[in-house]
Amino acid sequence: MILKDVSRNKTKTVFIITLFVIFVSLIVYFVSLIFVKDAFVAVGIGLVVAMVSALISYYECDKMVLSINGARPATREEFLQLNVSLESLCIAAGLPLPKLYVIDSPALNAFATGRNPENAVVCVTTGLLNKLNKYEMEGVLAHELSHIKNYDILLSTVAIIMVGFVSIIADIVSRSIFYGSNRDSDNKAGAIMAVIGLVFIILSPIFANLLKLAVSRNREYLADATAVQITRNKEGLINALTKLEEDTEELKTANAAAESLYIVNPLKGKREKDSIFSTHPNTKNRIERLKNIS
Amino acid sequence: MYILLGIIVLLILTIILIYNHLVKMDIRCKNAWSQIDNQLKRRHDLIPNLIEVTKGYAKHESETLEKVTAMRTGNTLSEIAENSELVSKNLKDLFMVAEGYPDLKANQLFLNLQIELTGTEDKIAFARQFYNDSVQQYNTAIQVFPNNIFANILKYKEREYFKVTDEEKKNVEVKLS
Repeated sequence: MILKDVSRNKTKTVFIITLFVIFVSLIVYFVSLIFVKDAFVAVGIGLVVAMVSALISYYECDKMVLSINGARPATREEFLQLNVSLESLCIAAGLPLPKLYVIDSPALNAFATGRNPENAVVCVTTGLLNKLNKYEMEGVLAHELSHIKNYDILLSTVAIIMVGFVSIIADIVSRSIFYGSNRDSDNKAGAIMAVIGLVFIILSPIFANLLKLAVSRNREYLADATAVQITRNKEGLINALTKLEEDTEELKTANAAAESLYIVNPLKGKREKDSIFSTHPNTKNRIERLKNIS
Repeated sequence: MYILLGIIVLLILTIILIYNHLVKMDIRCKNAWSQIDNQLKRRHDLIPNLIEVTKGYAKHESETLEKVTAMRTGNTLSEIAENSELVSKNLKDLFMVAEGYPDLKANQLFLNLQIELTGTEDKIAFARQFYNDSVQQYNTAIQVFPNNIFANILKYKEREYFKVTDEEKKNVEVKLS
């Protein structure tokens, strides 16, 4: 079951990276056509830029996500109980010890990121540390470790960085079209830029939704179930989810693209509906399913 | 001729697969055991510090303290398991006693040691669970046919579980009547 999920997650990741490389190559190709007359050189530039940015995204994705969310390392001196809990859960799950980070925020949330279990990061908010007891915290940590074990972290992190990258370019291009069109004397270059901008504007919402389809909501249920298997204590996670559900604090640093990473949706307004485009299943449904595990 | 060759190749492949499987199982058991061993050692190292801190506050509890300090080591797995269980029980008693000393409970060093030691207890429990699961799979793997033939050649013996055997449990049990 889990092995199948792991290979599916890896396949989806390859698919997203391939799409990303094709997309970026095309864009860079068109842009370089403005400056370079030779089409082959343009193709070369396009491919190189795309490959390099894909490689950087793949290897640096965890650091990017951490810095987007304003996380800092949780040292053993400052957060002893948290570190000890994570260490013991890793033994139970048979995983190498991930790096531990905290976000200074009163909101209750947690996420995991990284490209594989050897290079994984678990991050919790300080609000979570203050409001949850040891067993509830272990439930949350075990849930995050399950995402690491299932390679959910690779898929969602790569998806977030690449979609984020595309939407940032889209933003820059569309701005430069609207604000820079007056200055542009070269008609041909201006036209190409306009076409690129249009393509980006059309494609970036498609990309964003593709991400949401790729990270299926079922993995949250699966991670909850695996977490119970690790801790052998479902009450901890049930109580933790109840507290997370009742809390009204929003995580302000959470980027809209990164919402799928968190244990519950950090943006409160999006929690109610349970449509095919929502990244998280309704927390009440999750608690209900957990209670049914015998 | 070709059929014979095919059968031989198939046989060799099967042997390689079985051999690798058995070796992997064996290594996993060894790793699982070293994890238990590490945690037992870690606990062993932490306890003197705990005693040192506690001594200053709870002078009248020398009996409880002595119990925790009295270390015994075992030779067989079930002996080690039994002793480990005893240490866990004594530690629990010590932490119970500590509840009655507010000054001790306020000591940061004591609190840290308590977190570390409780964590080590959890780790031992999880490591034991992982070890016993690995041993069960290993024992099954070396007993089924045709694996048992190779297991015999490689001298793979059945492994012992890390748990208190029923006989020893009876000795520990307290008679209430």
